[in-house]
Amino acid sequence: MKFVDEFREPEVIAKASAEIQRLADPNRHYRLMEVCGGHTHAIYRFGLKDLLPENVELVHGPGCPVCVLPMGRIDDALSISQQGNVIFAAFGDMMRVPGANGSPLQHKARGMDIRIVYSPSDALRLAIQNPEKHVMFFAIGFETTAPSTALTLIRAKKDGIKNFSVFSNHVTIIPAIRAILDSPDMRIDAFIGPGHVSTVIGCRPYEWIAKNEGKPIVVSGFEPVDVLQAIVMLLRQLDQGEAKVENQYTRVVPWEGNRAALKAIGEVFELRPYFEWRGMGFISQSALSIRPAYAEWDAEKRFHVPGVRVTDPKAAQCGEVLKGVLKPAQCKLFGKECTPEHPIGALMVSSEGSCAAYYNFEYRKTAALAGAQS
Amino acid sequence: MTAALPKISFRDPQIEMAHGAGGRASRRLIDGLIAPLLCGPLKEPLGDAAHLDVNGTRIAITADSFVVQPLRFPGGSIGELAINGTVNDLAVSGARAQALLVTYVLEAGLTTSVLEAEIRAMADAAARAGVVVAGGDTKVVENGKADRMYITTAGIGVPIAGLSLSAASVRPGDKILLSGPIGDHGITILLARGELDFEADLCSDTRSVLPLVEALAKAASPGIRWMRDPTRGGVATSLNELARDCKLAVALVEERIPVRDVVRGACELLGLDPLHIANEGQFLAVVAEEHAEAALQGLRAAPGGEAAAIIGEIREQPAATVLGIAGYGGTRVIDMLVGDPLPRIC
Repeated sequence: MKFVDEFREPEVIAKASAEIQRLADPNRHYRLMEVCGGHTHAIYRFGLKDLLPENVELVHGPGCPVCVLPMGRIDDALSISQQGNVIFAAFGDMMRVPGANGSPLQHKARGMDIRIVYSPSDALRLAIQNPEKHVMFFAIGFETTAPSTALTLIRAKKDGIKNFSVFSNHVTIIPAIRAILDSPDMRIDAFIGPGHVSTVIGCRPYEWIAKNEGKPIVVSGFEPVDVLQAIVMLLRQLDQGEAKVENQYTRVVPWEGNRAALKAIGEVFELRPYFEWRGMGFISQSALSIRPAYAEWDAEKRFHVPGVRVTDPKAAQCGEVLKGVLKPAQCKLFGKECTPEHPIGALMVSSEGSCAAYYNFEYRKTAALAGAQS
Repeated sequence: MTAALPKISFRDPQIEMAHGAGGRASRRLIDGLIAPLLCGPLKEPLGDAAHLDVNGTRIAITADSFVVQPLRFPGGSIGELAINGTVNDLAVSGARAQALLVTYVLEAGLTTSVLEAEIRAMADAAARAGVVVAGGDTKVVENGKADRMYITTAGIGVPIAGLSLSAASVRPGDKILLSGPIGDHGITILLARGELDFEADLCSDTRSVLPLVEALAKAASPGIRWMRDPTRGGVATSLNELARDCKLAVALVEERIPVRDVVRGACELLGLDPLHIANEGQFLAVVAEEHAEAALQGLRAAPGGEAAAIIGEIREQPAATVLGIAGYGGTRVIDMLVGDPLPRIC
C-alpha cells in the first residue's frame, strides 16, 4: 500500500533501531513522552518497544481526547438526548465510554437513537435527511478535529440548517503539555510531539517547551519508521545537550500549520476560561466553546445541561496513568475489574487509550511470555 | 440423584449488539448462558457443525441465521449468504452438505420482488453448491417489528472421507493455511451501506468453500487437523478460539496474510484490523507440517484457491494466545474481536 508500506520497511526499521541502540548512553535512563494517543497505539500495535533498549522508556501522554473527557460530559450529552426527538451522533470511539448510567452503546441498546458517524459533516447530513428530528453531534478531539467541526457549523449556519447542534468537548494540546510539565511528580526528558494536531497548529506553539523548559520535542508521524526516527532525533539532541523543536513528519506537517483550518477554528470557537480534564483536574484556557454568533447551533445553549460531575471510581488511577506517573499495569484495577470489554476508565476504551493499547498488545504478551518461561 | 446444576456465568444485564458480533461477547453469551442451559456440560468445544451418530450413521448438522443489512451488496445478497454460509459451516466441520431447511421471517410491507429475488438467489446458490432445499417455514411480523427480512437455515451433511477434525489433535509445528484474501466481505458491506464517503472496487467473497475443502482433503487428508470459516469476528477470533481450545500458541507471520490493498486501505482509514473483519468465502486449516506443502499446492491448484497461503504455525508457548510477528521483529498479541465495529454483517 502506497504511503504506508515504505514506512514499515523491515530494513529501514532495523537501521533506525540500531541507531537508537548506538545513541542511547547505557549509563543514562531516558524518559520520552509520546504526547499523542495515536503514537501510543502505534507503539503497541507495531511492537516498537521490542526494538528499543531497556533504558529508553516511553511514557504515555494525555493526547487521547476520549480518555481525558470527564464522565459527567457524557452524562450531560446523554441527558440532552433524552429531552425528546434527538439523534445523538458521535464518533465510534465514544460509543463504549462509560457514563454514570452506562455508555452511549448501552443507551442505544435500550432504544435511544444513537448513531455512529465518521465526520461532523456526516452528522449534518443526518440532520438534513431527518428534518423532523434534531441531530446533536458530540464533538470531541484536539485541534485535529476542531476544524472539521468548525467548518460543519459554518455550513449549518450558511445553509440555515436549524435541526442540528454541536456539544463541544474540543480541547487544546498546549495547556495539557504545560500541566504535565508543571506537575511535581513528572520527570520527562523529551517529547515525541503530536503529528495530527501539528498539521493544524504547526510547530511554533511548541517552541517554549524547548526554550523555556529545555526539553527537546520532535513532531512525529505514526508509522514504525516515523516513531523510531523521532526517537533517534530526540536522542541526538539529548546527546548533544540541545533542546529544540524538530519536525520529523515533514511530509504532512507544515512548520506554520494550516492557516485555513486555524481560521475556521477562530471563526467558530473561543477558549473556555477553564475545563475539567479527567484525571488532571481543571485546566485554564484548555478547551473550546462555541462563539455566541453560533449559539443557535450550540447544544449547551440550546438545551438544558444538568452539568453533571461524576467522580471516577476511587480505585481507578486514570489520572496517574494519563500523566505518565503510573504505567497502565500499575493501576489496581488494570486487567481485573477494568478490561477492554468492561472498561471502568476511558483509557481502557479508546484504541488510543494507553490502557487499551497496553492491554491489547502488550500485557497479554508479557503475561504469556512470562508464563512460557516459568 | 439430581443432575449437576448448569454453571451460568453470563452476568450482563442486557443484550447488546456486541453479543451478536461473533467475538468475545458472543462467546460469553454462548458459553455462559445458552450452552449450559441447553446442552449441559460439553464434551468438546462447540464447532461450526455438530457431528452425531444416528443409528450407526455419522451425520453433521448445523443451523445459521442471516440479518445482513443491506440485503443486496456487490458480489452477493442475503439469500446467497444463507445458502453458502450453511454449506460452509458443514464443509469446515468436515462434511458435505446434503439438504437444507430455510426459514424466512418477513416484515409486512416487504416488496414481493425483493423476496422473489432472494429466493432465486438461494435457488441458484443451492444449485451451485449441489445441495437440496428440502423444506422450511415462513413467518410474517408487523411492519416496523423487523428489518425487511431475516433468514434462518438448518443443514445436514455427511462426513467427507478421510477427514477427522478437532482442536485437540492440533500439535506444535503444525502449519496454518488460509484459503485466500481476507476482509472482502466485511468491508464490502460497510461500503454498501453508503455511510462512508468513499468508494472502492470490491466484492463480497461469498461462495461455497466445499470444492476447496474437498481439494484440500484430497491433497492432504491425513494431515488436516482443524478447519474453521472465519466469518464474524474474522481470522483473529477464529484463531483465538483455536488457541484456547488446543491450549497452544498460534504464531502468524503478518506479511504472509493475504489482504487486498483496498481492504488494507479501508482498515487503515477506519482504524480496523483486517484480522477482525468478516469473511464469507474463506477458511482456515491447520495441517501437520509434513503435509503442509501438499495441502498448499492442492488448494492453489483448485479454482478459487490460487491465493491460498501458509500464514503461520502452531507453537507450544505462549499457550492459548495468538501472536502476530512483523517482518522487522516486533510482535503483538492478536485478541478476539471486542465490541462490534460492524453490526449485522451476515
